[in-house]
Amino acid sequence: MLNNETIAVAMSGGVDSSTVAAMLRAEGDNVIGLTMQLWNQRRLAGREGMPESVQGRCCSLDDVYDARRVAQQIGIPYYVVNHEERFERDVVLPFVQEYLSGRTPIPCSLCNNHLKFNQLLLVAQQIGAERIATGHYARVAYDEGSSRWQLKRPADLSKDQTYFLFGLTQEQLSRTLFPLGDMTKPQVRELARQHGLALAEKPDSQEICFVPGGDYKRFIDAYLAEQGEALPDTAGELVTTSGEVIGEHTGIHNFTVGQRKGLGVATGSPLYVIQISGANKQVIVGGDEHLYSRTLRAKRVNLISVADLQEPMRVTVKIRHRHEPAAAVIERSGDDEILVTFDEPQRAITPGQAAVFYGGEVVVGGGWIV
Amino acid sequence: MHRVYLDNNATTPILPEVFDAMRPYFGERFGNASSIHHHGQETRAAVENARDAVAELLGCSATEVVFTSGGTEGDNLAISGLIARGDHVITSSIEHHAALHACTHLQELGCEVTVLPVDGRCRVDPGDVRRALRPTTRLISVMMANNETGVLQPVEEIGKIAAEAGVLFHTDAVQAAGKVPIDVKRIGCHALTISGHKIHAPQGTGALFVKKGTQLRPMFHGGRHERSRRPGTENVPGIVALGQAARVASAALARGDDHKMAAMRDRLQTGILAHVDEAHVNGDGAERVPNTANIRFDHIEGEALVIALDLKGLAVSTGAACSSGAIEPSHVLVAMGLSSDQARSSIRFSLGKQTVEEDIDFALGLLPETVAHLRALSPRYRKQTVSS
Repeated sequence: MLNNETIAVAMSGGVDSSTVAAMLRAEGDNVIGLTMQLWNQRRLAGREGMPESVQGRCCSLDDVYDARRVAQQIGIPYYVVNHEERFERDVVLPFVQEYLSGRTPIPCSLCNNHLKFNQLLLVAQQIGAERIATGHYARVAYDEGSSRWQLKRPADLSKDQTYFLFGLTQEQLSRTLFPLGDMTKPQVRELARQHGLALAEKPDSQEICFVPGGDYKRFIDAYLAEQGEALPDTAGELVTTSGEVIGEHTGIHNFTVGQRKGLGVATGSPLYVIQISGANKQVIVGGDEHLYSRTLRAKRVNLISVADLQEPMRVTVKIRHRHEPAAAVIERSGDDEILVTFDEPQRAITPGQAAVFYGGEVVVGGGWIV
Repeated sequence: MHRVYLDNNATTPILPEVFDAMRPYFGERFGNASSIHHHGQETRAAVENARDAVAELLGCSATEVVFTSGGTEGDNLAISGLIARGDHVITSSIEHHAALHACTHLQELGCEVTVLPVDGRCRVDPGDVRRALRPTTRLISVMMANNETGVLQPVEEIGKIAAEAGVLFHTDAVQAAGKVPIDVKRIGCHALTISGHKIHAPQGTGALFVKKGTQLRPMFHGGRHERSRRPGTENVPGIVALGQAARVASAALARGDDHKMAAMRDRLQTGILAHVDEAHVNGDGAERVPNTANIRFDHIEGEALVIALDLKGLAVSTGAACSSGAIEPSHVLVAMGLSSDQARSSIRFSLGKQTVEEDIDFALGLLPETVAHLRALSPRYRKQTVSS
């Protein structure tokens, strides 16, 4: 591909990034494997009900071992770099704070913005690699017409990770390769097999890397306990959309918009979390029909395919990772804010999540839902 | 790629004469040293010859030398072997993790551990040792030379304090052996650890000096080897290597080779400080072993520097590696009063007997440009130069 250039591959110990490393090495590039040590999996082990031992999580010892063995097998230098402090500051702490404020965070996007494509890119440059390659299912290309780097959806839409990459800047995109962008997952596994990688059959990791088992409430409890802090008291009232108090809850971080279970009240018809009010610790519940909205506001916007949004634009918008992009119009509504108006009402628009705008397969940009 | 190795405090290459000494014991002379037949007799002789050589290096008698698998075992054997439940132990904040964790593990046995601080030059204050003594104190464990900074500790003074108080004194001399003379009588220690792979013998070898008359509880139970202090069939080739390495070390010290080593280290150090701005020696001003220079390069990540240098062929290190292979900030540098950032900006250069002047030239050629490259990319450096 780009011989004699040195490329650093971000290796997680999974089949995607391992295959990328093998591919680039086989093409003759100078490849260096890097794994970021982001979170000490043993740190909260056993606290507040957290599991005693953790396996198969990104950056667990098993995953580092797997990544290292792949590097050894394909014959590339391999290093593990310690970014635990930064990860805690830029990903874990905001994660906890967002939940305690009644929002549903996306740590993976923060990790991409601050660690993978920021800190890791810096390390790569420092050690002589001008670019990094990752196993993300996405595509990046330079568009001559607009003189901008573009982020695009991959061939395998079922694995599309562009939702988590909306925060990438032009500088970051110019230094990133996504070699798997044109491949399907089965094709990647097949390629891994061809390269003789034992982990070709390794299952994908689906959850948040620092929350084993996916129980984020237990994680928040354990983390705060470790910090010597008590879980802040965010207990409050369960309120209907018309303001009637119908019950109590034990903490707003236990809820997310659209949630049906765990409300603790039984009424004739199903009730869903419509809104979480961090300020007065209220969880507002209502029927399914209240979950729908035609608009949302997105702040801290990052635009990729265009430099600025001067006029309204027709796009499709994802409001969470598992969501079919919905037709909408986006327009500037403030200094750093974009108003999204959907053609059709969308269900469970959740503050804390991202709204990512697409022009066909091109990522126009995105912002954080307020 | 031309590679230069300046990480001898992590491990050293086996010297040719050491490997030569080992060879017969892989093939022709293979007997179990405890067997009574000819084959055992000849390896027994080799083991005892090696023991004499180690005793000579340490200034003790052969019966006071126990062969082990290395520094970690030696530290653990000494520390757990010399105390009893409920005892008080005094140690320092700059000990190698083997000793430090062996001490903190004792807390599970109801022991109390006092961890003494160090000053800005990485030195333990003997006064602090004295002040920490209690009626229940059984053991003081303070290392002879620190592995990260190379700084020598006041072990003779601590030995005197231990003698006065009737308390046992163990010292981890893993980084001191072969670099500075060791005389266990002068030091006044009851136990002293050395490690083979730090003195050009193989990994998996070592020895523990245990002063005659000192009761040591063994960790292993089994045969009567090493006077029952450390059962297990002897690693004959390894022990032979350790003995030869000890002979080489004794001869080198007698010749004054340590001064030549110090001169090379000083040239490296001076050269770096002269050609790289904002570089400082950690532990500057303190007496150090002749092979070590721990230098901090402000405004960069030591981890990135180590990797960048490795990719250009120069091997050095920083901090301690954790089980994933990522580097953790050095507890030693932090104990000396360095900030977290400063600790992360420090790297350790450590020379070996095989190091030649060309190696120093190579390192001096690489350092300035590599540090400059990292600084150019460092947001911290740019921010600080803009504001100054």
